[in-house]
Amino acid sequence: MANRSFAISAGALAGGIAALVLGTALALAVQAKGGALRPADWAALRFTLTQAALSTLLSCLLALPVARALARSRFFGRRALILLMGAPFLLPVIVAVLGLVSLYGRSGVLNQTLEALGLPTITIYGLHGVVLAHVFFNLPLATRMLLNGWQSIPAERFCLAQTLGLPSTFRHIERPMLAAVMPGVALAIFLVCLTSFVVALTLGGGPAATTLELAIYQALRFDFDPGHAALLAGVQFIICAVAVTLAARFTLPEGLGLGVDRAQFGQRAHWVDAPVLVLAALFLLLPLVAVVADGAPALLHLPDLVWAAALRSALMAIAAAFLSVTAALILVQAKVAGAAWVEGAAMVPLATSGLVLGTGLFLLTRSVASPETLALPVTFLVNAMMALPFLFRLLLPQARDLHRNYDRLAQTLGLSGAARLRWLTLPRLARPLGMGAGLAAALSMGDLGVVALFAGQDQATLPLVVQRLSGAYRMDQAAAAALVLVACSFALFALCDIGGRRAAS
Amino acid sequence: MLHLDHLSLTQDGFTVTANWHLPAGSRLALLGPSGAGKSTLLMGLAGFVAPSAGRILWQGRDMAALTPAQRPVSILFQDQNLFPHLSVAQNLGLAINPRLRLNASDLARVESVLDRLGLQGLGARAPANLSGGQLGRAALGRVLLQARPLLLLDEPFAALGPALKADLLGLVADLAAEAGTTVILVTHDPADARRFAGGVALVHDGVADAPVATDAIFANPPPALRDYLG
Repeated sequence: MANRSFAISAGALAGGIAALVLGTALALAVQAKGGALRPADWAALRFTLTQAALSTLLSCLLALPVARALARSRFFGRRALILLMGAPFLLPVIVAVLGLVSLYGRSGVLNQTLEALGLPTITIYGLHGVVLAHVFFNLPLATRMLLNGWQSIPAERFCLAQTLGLPSTFRHIERPMLAAVMPGVALAIFLVCLTSFVVALTLGGGPAATTLELAIYQALRFDFDPGHAALLAGVQFIICAVAVTLAARFTLPEGLGLGVDRAQFGQRAHWVDAPVLVLAALFLLLPLVAVVADGAPALLHLPDLVWAAALRSALMAIAAAFLSVTAALILVQAKVAGAAWVEGAAMVPLATSGLVLGTGLFLLTRSVASPETLALPVTFLVNAMMALPFLFRLLLPQARDLHRNYDRLAQTLGLSGAARLRWLTLPRLARPLGMGAGLAAALSMGDLGVVALFAGQDQATLPLVVQRLSGAYRMDQAAAAALVLVACSFALFALCDIGGRRAAS
Repeated sequence: MLHLDHLSLTQDGFTVTANWHLPAGSRLALLGPSGAGKSTLLMGLAGFVAPSAGRILWQGRDMAALTPAQRPVSILFQDQNLFPHLSVAQNLGLAINPRLRLNASDLARVESVLDRLGLQGLGARAPANLSGGQLGRAALGRVLLQARPLLLLDEPFAALGPALKADLLGLVADLAAEAGTTVILVTHDPADARRFAGGVALVHDGVADAPVATDAIFANPPPALRDYLG
């Protein structure tokens, strides 16, 4: 009976998620009926694909030496460096952009140095700025995924290669691993870059550097043209759906590279590893240092609206994390119990983007309530939905272990329903649940997507406040608010993650 | 009495059949090579694999409609017999109440079983802090508290050394004799069968033969057993 009611709730949840994503797609299709893409839209489509392809290529190519160096080097601070590789995943995009602008912007450190040397300055705005920001976010992601692949190679193979005196381990050991892992890594990054909005909003813009997401935002926010926004959102949906369908043919990484902080036995370090790792660490650390340096002085002089927005964002992040974790737990349990089809429902949000989902929801609800009224509920729902695929993949390996090792014992003992949840599922999954809740909360805290479409002054979240302060050239306050934002994101992640670890131990 | 009535069980495309009786209170060894179907038969008895044909009857009652928890069966698996995040006492307490709402009398029962198995004072420990032998005893303690008439052992002590394994099998035999429990032990070790079981059912190529007295089957082994013993 308990199994039956659980199956019904898992089915209802999966159906609800699919209905939400596909329903919004349908709403977009209806609204966009009869519209045609304009020359500027084709340019946006080209730019979206170009920047995503370039960002993917560079992220993957640069991640190769970094991951390889991490896999074969043992040094003091290795764990810290790998931890740093996880930071951009939690870092609100708007904060990272401020950090990058502070370094590479018009009056940034790099240009000041170039000027002092009498060299021509560079601009961060346009295609190369968008790609730079995407590499900043995705180089660590690719590194962690590839490192996971490297560490999945049994150490004995490297030892065997050494005893056989093979001139290089690449051909027989590393290349097969990369051939298996790299397509999944590249597609995951390509998907992330396809739906990137904030980077294009802040570093792109103009006819030459507008992504589809940015075009949707402009159509809704400035042109007040829902039909055109729907058409663009529909195109974006199709591109994402095609990319996700392609990605489904490859094994997407599970577990988000947990456990990659173990050094691997059997590989020899190379002299090139040290400079590679130093450069990677500087590339990742310097923007963070810039954010702290720029933001700290104005921290005590922030307007009240920043603190109100921080509280609003934190509450929404906690609620979104709770919803997302609960949904992921239900779906993952159903999946390991044999309902393979629920995985499709858990992954379907990847086929869309927060902005597309938000646009569809706006079209569905605009006759019922004003966008301002629904800004926060829609943002909360969209954030919870967008974190779901990550949480599902994070929980899946350990949920599988739990099922394989203890399901039969639990069944013989009659451990079911709430008792099973309390005495078996939650204690055994506490660690990934804590980490997952932290990730969902941090992602939601830093999200600047759908809320930018709808929110008025009273609904502004902290990332939106940072963006508005920055747009108004109040850079000191923007940097300080960004510092508050990053502190909140990391604190929420740390609280959940530590809570999960403590509960697990 | 356990009656496997023209039973056929299929798991992952592999089928094992059996058609025999086992008197209550017996100790039976299911002996045979890996992959012969011993564990599949045990999983069928425990309720994890539904019969594709035939019936499993205990004291004349068909067990088909019963969930694993409702069956008159307790089981010890090859490993993972204790939840690692619960204390030893909590693991035993699950046999009394799956919600772990234990009153003073329940806790006293747990303590008494721990004492009886030589685990006094270890109730608060996590399973990870017990030795292999202590883990085996703790798992047996849970079985004792479940007090089911049919005990299934899926090579639970296979990872232990010979002396410890003999010690624990001896303990199971004593406890089973005391409570009149029917025990079915899956093993691929003829020494276990000789030491522990009154009867042996040879399992080979997806067929579980009818039980034969242990002394008799080893005195005059059938061809399949001769092949297996080598």
